[in-house]
Amino acid sequence: MSRISSFEVSRSTRASKVALVGWIVILGVLISVPFWAGRGDMRFLIEFAYYLTLAQMWNLLAGYAGLVSVGQQAFVGLGGYMLFAASVYFGIHPVIAIPIAGVLIALISIPTAFVVFRLRGAYFAIGTWVVAEVFRLLFAQISSLGGGSGMSIPAKIVKEIASGRTERDMLIYFTALVILVAGTAMVYLLMRSKYGLALTAIRDSEPASDSLGVNIFKTKLTIYVASAAVTGVVGALIFLQKLRISPDVAFSLQDWTAAVIFIVVIGGIGTIEGPIIGTLIYFGLRSLLSDYGSIYMIVLGCVAVVMMLWAPKGVWGLITQKFDLQLFPVNRRVTWK
Amino acid sequence: MEWINTIIQGVLLGGLYALFATGLSLMFGIMRLVNIAHGDLIVLAAYVGLVVVETLGVHPVVGLIIVVPIMAGLGYLLQRALLNRTLGSDILPPLLVTFGLSIIIQNLLLEIFSADSRRINVGELDVASITINDQISIGVMPLIVLILAILVIFALQFLFYKTGLGRAFRATSDDQDIARLMGISNKHIFGLAMAVAMAVVAIAGVLLAMRTNFDPAIGPSRLLYGFEAVIIGGLGSLWGTLAGGLILGISQAIGAKIDPGWQILMGHLMFLAILVVRPRGLFPRSVD
Repeated sequence: MSRISSFEVSRSTRASKVALVGWIVILGVLISVPFWAGRGDMRFLIEFAYYLTLAQMWNLLAGYAGLVSVGQQAFVGLGGYMLFAASVYFGIHPVIAIPIAGVLIALISIPTAFVVFRLRGAYFAIGTWVVAEVFRLLFAQISSLGGGSGMSIPAKIVKEIASGRTERDMLIYFTALVILVAGTAMVYLLMRSKYGLALTAIRDSEPASDSLGVNIFKTKLTIYVASAAVTGVVGALIFLQKLRISPDVAFSLQDWTAAVIFIVVIGGIGTIEGPIIGTLIYFGLRSLLSDYGSIYMIVLGCVAVVMMLWAPKGVWGLITQKFDLQLFPVNRRVTWK
Repeated sequence: MEWINTIIQGVLLGGLYALFATGLSLMFGIMRLVNIAHGDLIVLAAYVGLVVVETLGVHPVVGLIIVVPIMAGLGYLLQRALLNRTLGSDILPPLLVTFGLSIIIQNLLLEIFSADSRRINVGELDVASITINDQISIGVMPLIVLILAILVIFALQFLFYKTGLGRAFRATSDDQDIARLMGISNKHIFGLAMAVAMAVVAIAGVLLAMRTNFDPAIGPSRLLYGFEAVIIGGLGSLWGTLAGGLILGISQAIGAKIDPGWQILMGHLMFLAILVVRPRGLFPRSVD
């Protein structure tokens, strides 16, 4: 009996407490960036932030909930188009339109889930892709949004975003930072909540978790909708920065899903740290190979395939094999006394 | 009369989709592998066909005699070297590895052949048609594709149910462990199954190249058509897959009749509608 009472369940470790300080320092540096860095650096960091957020969202779906989607570009595109529709036709300030897009996409993702959830595993993956194609083809038919050739945000509305170009860059930068921090925090808090526990149970055994009262459908639906909403918000941000949208770019599999999947697989699927490392590697490779056109997608694909086969837990998995580290404490550990 | 013509054209289109789907259906049936690179492998076969026809100056149908073994050999190697390592209870490795392959093949083709749209020249066959009346005429080339699709399915049915290899395929599909106890080498059988599937991919790719223009980027949509045909028909039945291909072709033809921009969309919507009403397809045979 005495043995049972002599253990302790904890989540944070010394490393994770040190890491928390580290994250706060990094966040502080990122907040200061617009006041000393150039335009190009800010553009890069905005892109970094939206890829990292997309990666966190795909990881939430595939890594934590086992819902391997190759159709997340559906929500990126929808987010972009909603931003354009809201700002051009309803006169809503683009930055305000971003959260509105998130809410609308959450609503749209619910009926979508009822269709794609009929497919399991790999079939679910291709089903989500079909849905994304349906959206792409539908938006190509909407002539008021530019049809197949797309549209730009009129200069008048661009000027209304902020008082000048520098202010506009700053506004978009801070929006990107808020979305990144909120998205990552959402994954972290979800995983520490009862949803995280339920997902772990579902991953280990669906029938067993079902019999213990875990509502599998509701849990997966919640994760799907949450991930769709944030992905849509990121989509709105991407096209606020680009100021131009067309169906092929908005619903691009290669840009918004393939690259993101490679990021997560290379970094380490099923962890919050993995996507961060993966995004760093992605941008590293991209700048190294930027002169070689589509070669970098080939290299990225090869690295991802090799990782999947020989190191399925990614770079972060290799690191944690050597060192017992957790920078985002979501797992519980038992310490015997 | 006009609508009859639309449906006939849809059926002819469906023949090609059934061929796309057959390879996919085989891989799933035997190895439980959903191959996301399937469409890109079809496009790869189309390019191999193009190179063979242009360098050797032979007729595309003769070219098939060269392309089929090349693709089948590639399939065997791909399965033994790469895909066998991904098979297991976890769905993530096969999915992500074939997804990676898809992106690699697409970009490689883009590097080698550029984004230009290509086609295998079939000469007079291209415009030849059988005229039924003033409103209905059947293109000879699409008709050949449909007949070949049916022949391929007949051949596969024969292979599955009348030969020793087919028995080994079915045994491995039913229970891998028992099949191994009976002395069947799973890895080798899977390699052979992939070779057979890729032989079908080779035929599909060359016919695609003879029938329409193609470029490195069209692979993914061919995968989706094939996948939709498999699911519409129901898993585990090759004749169901043919029916699925035809239904998809007819839906697209009707969509195109309403508005050219609606062709592909109508096919996808038909697929989603069938998924909602009959999630296991119209003629399901196997469970899962």
